[in-house]
Amino acid sequence: MKTTTTISRRKFLNRVGGVTFVISAGALAPTLITAAFDKSLNGTKTISAWVHIGEDNQVTILNPAAEMGQGSMTALAVIIAEELDVDWANVTIQDSPIEPDVYGLQWGGRLGGPMITVGSRTVRGYYLALRLAGAQARKVLMQHVATKWGVPITELNSDSGVVIHEKSGQKVTYGTIVATLKLPEKLPEVTEVDLKNPKEFRLIGKKVSRFDIPTKSDGTAQYAIDVQVPGMLYAVISRSPVNGAKPTLLNEQQILTMKGIYRVIPLNHGIGIVGESFELCQEARKSLKIDWSPGAKATNYQSVEAYDSYQNKANSHEKGEVITEEGNVNDALASAARTFESNYKNDFVYHAQMEPLNAVVTVAEDGKSAEAWVGSQAHDGARKSVADVLGIPFSDVTYHSCYLGGGFGRRSMSDYVEEATHLSNAVKRPVKLVWSREDDMQYGAFRPISLQRMRAGVDAEGNITAWSHQIVGTGDGLMSSGAKSPYYTIPNQYIDLHNMDAGVRTKHWRSVGHGPNKYAIEAFIDEVTMAVNKDPYQMRRHLLRNNPRELAVVDKVAEMCQWGSPLPEGRARGMAFAERSGALVAGVAEISVDRDKGKIKVHRFWCAMDAGVVVQPDNAIAQLEGGVIFGISSVMHESITFKDGAVEQSNFHNYHIARMSDAPESIECHIIPSQEAPAGVGEASTPVVGGAIANAFLALTGKALCHMPFTSEKVKEVLEEYGKSENGQR
Amino acid sequence: MKVSFSLNRKAVEVEVEEKATLLWTLRDKFQLTGTKYSCGIAQCGSCTVHIEGNPVRSCMMPMRAIAGKDIVTIEGLSEGDTKHALQDAWVEEQVPQCGYCQSGQIMQAAALLKKNPNPTREEIVDYMDGVLCRCGAYMRIISAIQRVATKG
Ligand code: FES
Ligand code: FES
Repeated sequence: MKTTTTISRRKFLNRVGGVTFVISAGALAPTLITAAFDKSLNGTKTISAWVHIGEDNQVTILNPAAEMGQGSMTALAVIIAEELDVDWANVTIQDSPIEPDVYGLQWGGRLGGPMITVGSRTVRGYYLALRLAGAQARKVLMQHVATKWGVPITELNSDSGVVIHEKSGQKVTYGTIVATLKLPEKLPEVTEVDLKNPKEFRLIGKKVSRFDIPTKSDGTAQYAIDVQVPGMLYAVISRSPVNGAKPTLLNEQQILTMKGIYRVIPLNHGIGIVGESFELCQEARKSLKIDWSPGAKATNYQSVEAYDSYQNKANSHEKGEVITEEGNVNDALASAARTFESNYKNDFVYHAQMEPLNAVVTVAEDGKSAEAWVGSQAHDGARKSVADVLGIPFSDVTYHSCYLGGGFGRRSMSDYVEEATHLSNAVKRPVKLVWSREDDMQYGAFRPISLQRMRAGVDAEGNITAWSHQIVGTGDGLMSSGAKSPYYTIPNQYIDLHNMDAGVRTKHWRSVGHGPNKYAIEAFIDEVTMAVNKDPYQMRRHLLRNNPRELAVVDKVAEMCQWGSPLPEGRARGMAFAERSGALVAGVAEISVDRDKGKIKVHRFWCAMDAGVVVQPDNAIAQLEGGVIFGISSVMHESITFKDGAVEQSNFHNYHIARMSDAPESIECHIIPSQEAPAGVGEASTPVVGGAIANAFLALTGKALCHMPFTSEKVKEVLEEYGKSENGQR
Repeated sequence: MKVSFSLNRKAVEVEVEEKATLLWTLRDKFQLTGTKYSCGIAQCGSCTVHIEGNPVRSCMMPMRAIAGKDIVTIEGLSEGDTKHALQDAWVEEQVPQCGYCQSGQIMQAAALLKKNPNPTREEIVDYMDGVLCRCGAYMRIISAIQRVATKG
């Protein structure tokens, strides 16, 4: 792969201080880039779209991705700084302009594509491109020195921000170079031969403190909800309780007389109130009288009862959308020594990012331009949505990306940005739209509900020869991620998907379908394993026999937890394995159960991961730890239910998420050293948690937990239930 | 209504609505946006500040009840130019992920250490349990508190 010299050729727009600069590779361009960034980048000089260096050796690196806690703003800068070869202490990171042609990423890893931070794609996607970008910026400096000193570039070297000519003993700092640097018309080509040997890495794979952490420890980090603009009004929206219902406001005049209320704005899906403060808007909202149109598709949806229809569908033996078909499952089941069947269920779950959705938008008096402050996983999509609502060009929206107080998939939608644009457009003033927690939960877009019909057949030795997995639920393609386990050698496999649309909103949620699917797969493996009197670790070893990388991960976690060693009274371990975004993770949970209270306590958790080259190992471990707790949260507590199409939960008192007392006493993580291409780590550990806990419970009690979340009512019910039939059928 | 109180060791006076809460007053009238809104019903702890040295959820605290009180927010936690020991520990342990809950976590932890400079793990969990962190940074929050505690 070559880095794009087209970066410099491609035209892009950058707005600083209200002036638009057209930047291209022409002779004029570098001056313009420099002028454009001079103000915002503290007098540093532009070396490329990614790098700016000041005469004082300060380096500013631009970050193209959303920072929502996953740490990629630091990781990406580390990648550039490594190849640029600068002292990390001199690096500052700044969000890049939202210009997808320059800073976006195609799924294949080429630059120029969506600026969307999803699917743990950022570090793995940008890795090679940004190494090349760092090398390219270094080459710009080296070329300048070579010309100046009249020496071949091949005789030059760099060392932490200094260019060295060993033969003559001359040295010059990057800061000194930029003082006289004229950017070349074309940035130099670089290819993989220009890259460092990974053995020489000083930053990649080392502990580097995250850039954003100091400001996240003193209250100064800026989220969109913190933005204040002169003349700004607040807004709230009362949205349809049932998705698809349309509002008719019956008492606009009354609302308008209420204290601090400026305007009432009807929208397609709700009624917006614009006023002086969030609290006054919220107060006025209580008095809204709205008629909601009947007949929305979701109106008759009852999520608890829906499991019956999912079950009926699974019983119907209809073929769904086929995900995998290998060998002949029906024949293999018919000829198996023993067969097994189980259903696993999972309720809808909610993102619950701690910062509720919000955005600040200012639409100009003439409606022809706008300014927006947003925390989004899709900054380009958010900027575009402002433009689209107003029918103006993308370039006429000045966009400020803010830190995200959590994303987890919810902030890849731009619904809240569109809403804020509509409201600001109606009043032609800056508007800060804030979703209350109740809004955020009740108008959420959830991880799908599903029922998973698992069937397996084993041969006389108890090895799995047939595997059938049918996913039935509400959430379409979201339910299929993670359904396949290509690393397990099973000759006959059938996996399909049955979507039963209910008119409710669903969305990607950290690790998407992997949460429910890996839970069902791993828990079912252990049910079969127990029935054939095998050890779950040995069973997985056998299933992974043709995949040494995966096998090594499972072996590592077994070693870490001393699998098979004696445990304290009343405790058991459970193991699970998953691949997500290329990262291979094995997890083991050690649990106990308070049988009277029906309460499972996760005491310890172990994680082994092979994610290829890991750019920031300490941050990757933080992601594994957080992902385990996120997993525990969803597996033990979280459930959204719909009654007559409306969400029944409203806030954290009736939608529980993990608190500190749910955290295990220890989470031990190990990253397996690897030179493979980087994988995504932000979601890697979450999918193993359901299986690991269910399997520990099975080992401890002999009972299977088949419905997430494992609330105390469900645990008690399972413990009281007897008479599981001989061949594992229930 | 006018309310006078002490904010981060300075005497202040502010004009607010009858039903105004401390949270939105801090954020909108004093630009102290480190104190966060998340649930609005005292269920998450993101909005935790100190009132008379005690950790309180500012989202449910009416301004009416603030007159004459001593309020400290995350912005005023450290006195002088140095950071509070917990803030240093937060960086050392690389605690925050998205960071949104962290003002509340630090304010709650600071109150704990004032009352109990050397808490056990159990005491930490017990005291911190009302402050939610969706990113699941709990392990590192505990380590950071312990780091400060053992230093005495
Ligand atoms: S916002 Fe005050 S406790 Fe949640
Ligand atoms: S760091 Fe994100 S909620 Fe705590």
